[in-house]
Amino acid sequence: MNQLTIAIIFYIFAAVTVLSAAFVVFSKNVIYSAFSLLFTFFGVAALYVFLSADFIAVTQVVVYVGGILVLLLFGVMFTNTIMQTELKADVLHMAPGILVTLLLIGGMLFTFYTTGSWMPGEMQLNGSVVESIGLETMSRYMLPFEMVSIVLLVALIGAAFLARYDKANKK
Amino acid sequence: MLTEQLLSIGVNHFLTISVILFGLGMFAVMTRKNAIVILMGVELILNAANINFLTFSKYNGGMEGVMFSLFVIVLAAAEAAVALAIVINIFKTFKTVDVSSVDTMKE
Repeated sequence: MNQLTIAIIFYIFAAVTVLSAAFVVFSKNVIYSAFSLLFTFFGVAALYVFLSADFIAVTQVVVYVGGILVLLLFGVMFTNTIMQTELKADVLHMAPGILVTLLLIGGMLFTFYTTGSWMPGEMQLNGSVVESIGLETMSRYMLPFEMVSIVLLVALIGAAFLARYDKANKK
Repeated sequence: MLTEQLLSIGVNHFLTISVILFGLGMFAVMTRKNAIVILMGVELILNAANINFLTFSKYNGGMEGVMFSLFVIVLAAAEAAVALAIVINIFKTFKTVDVSSVDTMKE
């Protein structure tokens, strides 16, 4: 693939990501936001492939699309009674919010583009990164790996405890 | 010059997308009233951070950013589970998920 093709594919995925993220934020309907988040996650996964992190891209699809998005949709459905058609989400402080967001984006982009150019290292990541992830997980990142597994276990037990159906309080 | 810069995908391209995602996520967190949309904004912010980690990891050649982004994904999953449990409890107590009307910590 030549450079032009790669650039075109990159811009397509960038546009999908940014536009669907904007739709998530500006849509008034929570269900539309949740489904638009699907496209954002897929677009971000495609950008991960551009950054030669294929394993992270697959993890993104599995965890975010298969886990977190389904969880969010369940949250939407639990917190809106089915017959109630009002799935609207109101907006608070619209003008200051847009102002702060534009200042944030503009300021950071200005800093990125005016503070000289980036110097890439002489050894860039190339090709698949799966093998190195396995090696790193079992050597340098052994302790964080075990700790994050315990954190996940505790968080999931805590979530199940918090959200369980409380029979005593119901009466 | 400009077309060459547009065609060769480099660090700045990914940083730009990351900044836009971060700004949109901040906007959702700042202005939306629905707690679930606020959670979606937090997910957007975490994704923006992940793009930054992977960008600098690729162009620096190290594995640190890749490993850290994996941990970020795991913690995002844990955060979403706990936060949704809390939101469901808020809904049980207040019969709404509008965060501006949730103003007491006791029933």
